[in-house]
Amino acid sequence: MVSVRDLRVSYGAVEVLHGINFEVKQGETLVILGGSGSGKSTLLRTLVGLERPSSGEIWIKGKNIAAISQAELDEIRKKIGMSFQGGALFGSMTVGDNVALPLREHTKLEESTIDIILRLKLEQVGLAGFEYYMPSQLSGGMKKRAAVARALAMDPEVLFFDEPSAGLDPIIAAGIDQLILELKRAFRMTIVVVTHELASAYLIADRMVLIDKGNVVAIGTTEEMRSSSQPRVRQFLDRVAEPEVSRESDYLSMLTEHRRRSG
Amino acid sequence: MAQYMVTESVTEFFSQTGQSVTNGFAYIGSLASLAGRAAYYVFVGPFQGKPIRLQRAVSQAMEIGVRALPILSLITYFIGLILALQSAYELSKLGAMNIVPRAVALSMSRELGPLITAIVVIGRSGSAFAAEIGTMKVTEEIDALETMAISPIHFLVTPKFLAMIVMLPCLTIWANFMGILGGALFGVAQAGFTWMGYIQASIDSLFLRDITTGLIKSIMFGITITTVGCLEGLSTGAGAEEVGRSTTRAVVMSIFLVVIVDLVFTGLFYFVGGR
Repeated sequence: MVSVRDLRVSYGAVEVLHGINFEVKQGETLVILGGSGSGKSTLLRTLVGLERPSSGEIWIKGKNIAAISQAELDEIRKKIGMSFQGGALFGSMTVGDNVALPLREHTKLEESTIDIILRLKLEQVGLAGFEYYMPSQLSGGMKKRAAVARALAMDPEVLFFDEPSAGLDPIIAAGIDQLILELKRAFRMTIVVVTHELASAYLIADRMVLIDKGNVVAIGTTEEMRSSSQPRVRQFLDRVAEPEVSRESDYLSMLTEHRRRSG
Repeated sequence: MAQYMVTESVTEFFSQTGQSVTNGFAYIGSLASLAGRAAYYVFVGPFQGKPIRLQRAVSQAMEIGVRALPILSLITYFIGLILALQSAYELSKLGAMNIVPRAVALSMSRELGPLITAIVVIGRSGSAFAAEIGTMKVTEEIDALETMAISPIHFLVTPKFLAMIVMLPCLTIWANFMGILGGALFGVAQAGFTWMGYIQASIDSLFLRDITTGLIKSIMFGITITTVGCLEGLSTGAGAEEVGRSTTRAVVMSIFLVVIVDLVFTGLFYFVGGR
């Protein structure tokens, strides 16, 4: 369904992803794990075509989106859904209009049909009756649900989530995890989730990819990851802190390294 | 050693100048590209199955045009009055107070009407475009549009572009009229005109060309203001303070470029259109 081959992404002269390889099979939920600054968000943005890779291939539904025209990319995008970290709902429109937007833009459906679809989608995410609310009137968790409803509007075949539980309390976050599980069970949807939340990753993932400093450290099923003996995997899964910079010379070299990169 | 440092600072000077010039051209290039794409969606898109969002354009037109009327009326009324006072200062020495209406009408419709309107619209709408689009950029709404295969330019810029090129000339005509009225206040109070007499004298002194050149300029100003505001919004970096920076840049760049466009077109009309 989704296949990434030797993907490299650079911001200016700095390479952020150094040759990523993995596959997402039809109907599976793949969780991309990684710490802050590991490049996992860049990876997701590249997968949906928001960043252009400097080299490598991204195959989605049989097309290499790294090498197709804008028009072809837009055709692929109509079949994928993306839920952003903060929801990214349009503040000037009601929740209903937000969900209806892709339908109004890309289909010639009657307004009455669109109305039925948007009610259905809102019901699926547990927001029935909220279509006339403005996004600013919703809580953080409800915003994310509304964003999922909008991502589902076009009946996508692949669904991407950026940090679905970031900034939510554990109970609301568990609710979002449940929602992802329901989508997976009910619609056999292919789902790619980027997160650093281990608990949620263990719950929803069929397979996991661990990204560290722009490289894939490990790929495997949840069990394989749990029993992995690879030091970097263990460090992440057991939540071991990075050894602190202790020697002055290390700190200096870190600073100059940073200078050299930014300068 | 000293010579080496001088050479280095000279090199530095040239390299920085070169860099600024390159950046300037790149900026103009991206403005032209954005304006071109917006114009495509306004004039060509509708015939290729990409309809304009009229509802959004109308609400933008309300915001840009109708809501600007009170403040614009007040400002241009006073500008007209000031123009009358300033020209009377010199003309009264020549005993030529009867050309005050002509002086006011010409300066308003050829220059100050379009320019003052543009500056009011920059302050009200150009800054708002940058802030609105900039905030959408920061909250990933622009990215959301792109992943939904909706062009942010078609969705956000085109309605503003259309509203602006329609509303700015309308506002300019209104501004000209208010300026003449402002001048009339002086004419009636100090130069012995009647209201109708002053307005008739203003109309008589204007050629159609004086009004159309002002309107052509105002359309160009509209394109400039929309493009700069939207481009600054779209190139906003991450974080709330970046939105503030974009808004400031949008206002400063718009005023600067409107003056440049004004200069270019005034020069063009002077040399090409006859005097």
